[in-house]
Amino acid sequence: MNETSDFSAAGELVCPAGTPAALRTAVDAGADSVYCGFRNATNARNFPGLNFTAEELEASVAYAHARGARVLLALNTYPPAGKVGLWRDAADIGVRAGVDAFIVADMGVAHYIAETHPGARLHLSVQAAASSPEAIRYYCQHFGVRRVVLPRILTIPEIREIKREIPCEIETFVFGNHGLMVEGRCSLTNWLTGQSTNMDGVCSPASDVTYEREADGSMRSCLAGFTIDAFGPEENAGYPTICKGRYVAPHRPEGYYAFEEPVSLNLGRLLPELMAAGVHAFKIEGRQRSKSYVRSVVSNFRRAVDDIRAGAEPNLADLVALTEGQKETQGAFKSKKWR
Amino acid sequence: MELTLGPIAYHWSAEKKRDFYARIADEVPVGTVYLGEVICSKRAPFFERELPEVIARLERAGKTVVLSSLAEVMLKREREATAGLASLERPEIEINNASGLFARRGRPHRIGPFLNAYNEATIAWLAGQGASHVCLPVEMPSEAIAAASKAAGALGIGVEVQVFGRAPLAVSARCYHARAHGRIKDNCQFVCEEDPDGMPLSTRDGGAILRVNGIQTQSESYVELLDELPALQRMGVSHARLMPQDVDMVAVAEVFAACLAGHLEAGQARDRLGGLCAGTGFSNGFYHGAAGYRRIERIGAAASS
Amino acid sequence: MNAPDAAVGPPPGRMMPVGLMCTALRPVLGRVVRRIAAHHPEMFARIAPYETADFVIVPKELPFALHLRPEPSAPMLRAVPKDRLPPFHACIEGRFLLLLELVDGESDGDAAFFSRDLTISGNTEAVVSLRNALDDIDGSVAQETADLFGPPGRAVLNILRRRSGRQ
Repeated sequence: MNETSDFSAAGELVCPAGTPAALRTAVDAGADSVYCGFRNATNARNFPGLNFTAEELEASVAYAHARGARVLLALNTYPPAGKVGLWRDAADIGVRAGVDAFIVADMGVAHYIAETHPGARLHLSVQAAASSPEAIRYYCQHFGVRRVVLPRILTIPEIREIKREIPCEIETFVFGNHGLMVEGRCSLTNWLTGQSTNMDGVCSPASDVTYEREADGSMRSCLAGFTIDAFGPEENAGYPTICKGRYVAPHRPEGYYAFEEPVSLNLGRLLPELMAAGVHAFKIEGRQRSKSYVRSVVSNFRRAVDDIRAGAEPNLADLVALTEGQKETQGAFKSKKWR
Repeated sequence: MELTLGPIAYHWSAEKKRDFYARIADEVPVGTVYLGEVICSKRAPFFERELPEVIARLERAGKTVVLSSLAEVMLKREREATAGLASLERPEIEINNASGLFARRGRPHRIGPFLNAYNEATIAWLAGQGASHVCLPVEMPSEAIAAASKAAGALGIGVEVQVFGRAPLAVSARCYHARAHGRIKDNCQFVCEEDPDGMPLSTRDGGAILRVNGIQTQSESYVELLDELPALQRMGVSHARLMPQDVDMVAVAEVFAACLAGHLEAGQARDRLGGLCAGTGFSNGFYHGAAGYRRIERIGAAASS
Repeated sequence: MNAPDAAVGPPPGRMMPVGLMCTALRPVLGRVVRRIAAHHPEMFARIAPYETADFVIVPKELPFALHLRPEPSAPMLRAVPKDRLPPFHACIEGRFLLLLELVDGESDGDAAFFSRDLTISGNTEAVVSLRNALDDIDGSVAQETADLFGPPGRAVLNILRRRSGRQ
């Protein structure tokens, strides 16, 4: 564990890396911190071909530290009974690799790290779904959590209220996938595929995804054989995630986005307000995305944060091309009407 | 193994709930009844006035009553409701959110299925903080249930598994009932009351797969673990939870009780249950480590026991 | 394994018959893929479950498609006529420049998929694995390949980039 890690500067940019190359890209593009995970179920982006071996993590930590950046290890899934050892081993490997913090969700995992590696810095994952001051304080009190990643369901005034009542830093998502369900409390993927988001670290796993092309150029996106959505030949598409599918309900026989349409979160324009509300760190989602995505999004948000720190109006480039459905939202952050 | 009745997930009218619990008190062979609004804090006031009387009625009938807390706690009224519940000396409470643990400050309580007690490390931690009983998350496969039960048994605490009713699959800050009717949560007009067993969602080219219940998403089919009851018992699961659906729950409980007592074979029990829940499919995929919606036949149950 | 997509026909009016062109490209492509494999052995771990899978890559404006099998000991890359695609596990289709940019980490595959510029069919997990394996390579695979053939190689790459850029 790197005891000298400096997490003190507000406006910290926390960036995703699914591979060592993406991690180097993020660091080079101006990330303050990069988060990543191992190639197994211990993190919530357990996707094929993605993530790090112990050796890759160690080399990546060295690369980041040499350039003043930090590495946060995501151990943010819930071990099923009988398999806790994998998560404990992952934490031990992380400590040996010198990561700067662990992002945890499960109380058993948090307790293990707090007991076994008392110097380790703990961040509470969005997967813990701590959305009230009391819930957050529980984790601070018992496991020494230093930062909470807030669920994407709160308005900025609500975030400001929470900040007044908690003893730790706040990190919020500012860009990327816009999950609709309370994270860490969603078994939709497991219901259709037999693979669990909480226990296996997958959401709409690629192994169950198929795209069926029709003769007219339209496309159906399916998960485990269930049609999640269909797109006309020219219509922008999304992933077949269950919470962004189109369904039929008794009052909606035409089919509608029952939960949310394919859309991505972009809070670029709310950064100053978020900082004023007491948000310490900004998180960019997308460990499953490419280096190219990491480069564009990180460098843009880097400029924006630097502008704000210099007292200037942030000037964010258009990132809509990178978003799902090529559509952006400010989600719950701007207004209670989203609910 | 003892049968319990979980909290009503839906927005039933106060009258419907009162009548329901009157029958539960008088006729149903379950030892424990969980009460209270777990899903939507907006619904809670409708039944609050009735609660003391219902609690008294159930206790007079010899039931253990447990009050369940909200799964999602974000707004002021939700924080206050959770703190209020946590301050009660009795009846027992079941906590579904970490904010409830904070407020309970180590005094005895049960852990609800929304608190994510997935493993022996977490169960041991929670037991050390006053948990006397844990209801496992619905998606756990049999091997994990067995390991968790073993750990809970060693700690001397109860362990519960849902054996009947729609699987709770997700919660959100957004109300999907309101959304289906072109409204938002603050202006929902309690439209969820129209669907006492949830609002079906179908794929555009197939049948129903999910049910909307306000901010909650549930499975279309009912979880049904009749075949698996003996295995659960052997694993050391102490309580089997029946979730209230809009069917004859007295008869449902009787089927499970008869099956547990060995008066009814699982196959016969399932036939009887099928008659009581006409039009709804049964699933046991989660238990068998398969897609939750699947129905794994007896051979799978035998293999896992 | 999927059947070839019969709807993809050969573009008309090329100078050299496509079959002959594919044969002519064979030694060149073989050298390219062996070179990439030798320089980036770490990528094979990311695609290990699909090392014997057949990928077909269809550049929309070229007369031929590419057939890739990422086997570490004997990696295979060959050109095939579009009307005679081999059976494949996964197929990736898009403009040539886009495909080139994806290989080089200059474009985002998800974004290209959202905008419908990239079409994938067959085994999605195989495609995702290949994408992640390629994305972990630093630098430009295309440039590396062009450099393999010296000034003529670089000239060809420039022509291809210019031509695709116009479409």
